[in-house]
Amino acid sequence: MLKFENVTKRYAETGDVLRNVSFHLHHGELAFLTGHSGAGKSTLLKLIAVIERCNRGAIWLDGENLSAAKESQIPYLRRKMGFIYQDYKLLKDRTVFDNVALPLVIAGYGHQEISRRVRAALEKVGLSGKEKKYPMALSGGEQQRVGIARAVVNKPPLIIADEPTGNLDPELASEIMRLFESFQQVGVTVLIASHDISLISKMNHRVLKLDHGQLILG
Amino acid sequence: MKRIPKRSQTREGRNSSRYTGVARADFKRTLKPGGLIVDKLKAYRDLHAHALFSSLGRLVASPFNSIMTIAVLAIAIALASGFYLIMKNFNQLAGNLETTAQISLFLEDGVSETEAKHYAEAIGRNPDVREVKLISREQAMAEFKTHSGFGNAISVLKTNPLPVVLQVLPRGGLEDKQKLERLLQTFRTEPYVDIAQLDLQWVERLHSILAVSQHAAALMNTLLACAVLFIAGNTIRLELHNRREEVIIARLVGATRSFIQRPFLYTGFWIGFISGIVAWFIVTVMMLILRQSVEKLSSLYNDFFHLLFFDFSETLLLILTASALGVVGSWVSLQFLLQEAKLE
Ligand SMILES: Nc1ncnc2c1ncn2[C@@H]1O[C@H](COP(=O)(O)OP(=O)(O)OP(=O)(O)O)[C@@H](O)[C@H]1O
Ligand SMILES: [Mg+2]
Repeated sequence: MLKFENVTKRYAETGDVLRNVSFHLHHGELAFLTGHSGAGKSTLLKLIAVIERCNRGAIWLDGENLSAAKESQIPYLRRKMGFIYQDYKLLKDRTVFDNVALPLVIAGYGHQEISRRVRAALEKVGLSGKEKKYPMALSGGEQQRVGIARAVVNKPPLIIADEPTGNLDPELASEIMRLFESFQQVGVTVLIASHDISLISKMNHRVLKLDHGQLILG
Repeated sequence: MKRIPKRSQTREGRNSSRYTGVARADFKRTLKPGGLIVDKLKAYRDLHAHALFSSLGRLVASPFNSIMTIAVLAIAIALASGFYLIMKNFNQLAGNLETTAQISLFLEDGVSETEAKHYAEAIGRNPDVREVKLISREQAMAEFKTHSGFGNAISVLKTNPLPVVLQVLPRGGLEDKQKLERLLQTFRTEPYVDIAQLDLQWVERLHSILAVSQHAAALMNTLLACAVLFIAGNTIRLELHNRREEVIIARLVGATRSFIQRPFLYTGFWIGFISGIVAWFIVTVMMLILRQSVEKLSSLYNDFFHLLFFDFSETLLLILTASALGVVGSWVSLQFLLQEAKLE
């Protein structure tokens, strides 16, 4: 499903941030990406989102080479992925409904379909009835679940999360992790960057570990 | 491990169960003949309608900024269309002058009114002459008194120093200059005629002045169009800056460039469109203010000139051009800005 082949990413300012990274994530697999701060976790995820391009190697998503994707193809590639961020990246001047609906609006779905899917996604993350609220009126955990609803509303085969529990207390964090597990159970591939070692070790999943840009476990 | 088929129809059918558990309904919906494509088209139309109205709503929501921008744009457009209208009026004026090209015959002092009348009739029989108008000494004096501003000074004069004047309107206007010259020469050799004058040179000069001003106006208007483009572009730059976060997030969830650009292009359209209408009002009000004095001037010259306003097609063209400039300015601006804009 997602395959890294000898991927190297270099920044002019900081040198090699990722060096020769190779791994293969299978369909329906859930994996954690860990490593010290500055190890290159976020950079690796940016390569998947094609926010950045690698200098060497190749990244494959379902047989498509992300690292060689044309600029005009990138939006369509991103629609196959759902992204979740530590800072939620919600639009503060839009309601929960509008935030979750955004990927569907972009993909050109009709009104009824959007409304149906948004409600289903909110129900899935346990936020039914909060459609009309604004993000600022929600707790951190709820905001993160809005972010998750937005990531899954389009039913992407791959979900990517960068420190999704970084701002949450342990109880909320494990609740969010269970949510990710439930996506995995219906066949979605999930990759979560996190340095919450205790939480990761409690869950029995594959772990990819980065150290100074090199994959030392995976 | 499940393979995820690429075709969206099947994907929707299978995947919906993942999060929603409504696979069946979903499947039926997409299989309904024509349903999907019609839905997509409707959604596309809705997207445009939404962008159209939400961009207007956004302009209304920050009235101060919008009014400032639209005022500047409207003034620039009013200047350009004002130049256009002035040229149009001057051209009309020149056109009227052409048809009234005339020869003035100032008769010798000794010629009496009756002699002048007979002479005028004789000239009137010349096939090259369309019309002869006799201006008696008294008429000339009266006219001079009212229009020269020397009214009182002239009342002091005992005798009327003005000659009888014959205004000869040649047949065929300006086209045949040689014929005009010949006519003039014959008048010059007539014993009754003191001075024969063809009011032609200044018409020619006027025409060349008009041509130059038309050129200048075209250059000015090009410059003003550029100003409109830049102002619209800059407005969009600010708008994009204000909505940076939204743009970044939309991109991250798979928005295409055209999706991102659409609301901004509509904003450009609106500011151009509204500015065009405001500019039309500015120019029209100014023309209305000018009208009175122009009509007064015109009445002195046999009412041969009336102020021209924008006609319907010019109004349409004005508003269309303004809207187009707004869109183009925004588009150019977006091409630069979206290239630079980085995610995060
Ligand atoms: N745009 C950039 N330009 C230059 N260097 C960068 C850039 N982005 C990241 N880096 C560098 O790459 C290295 C890895 O950064 P990255 O954000 O991937 O780390 P991380 O593993 O996500 O760390 P953290 O756990 O703190 O989020 C860091 O040393 C950072 O300075
Ligand atoms: Mg990071």
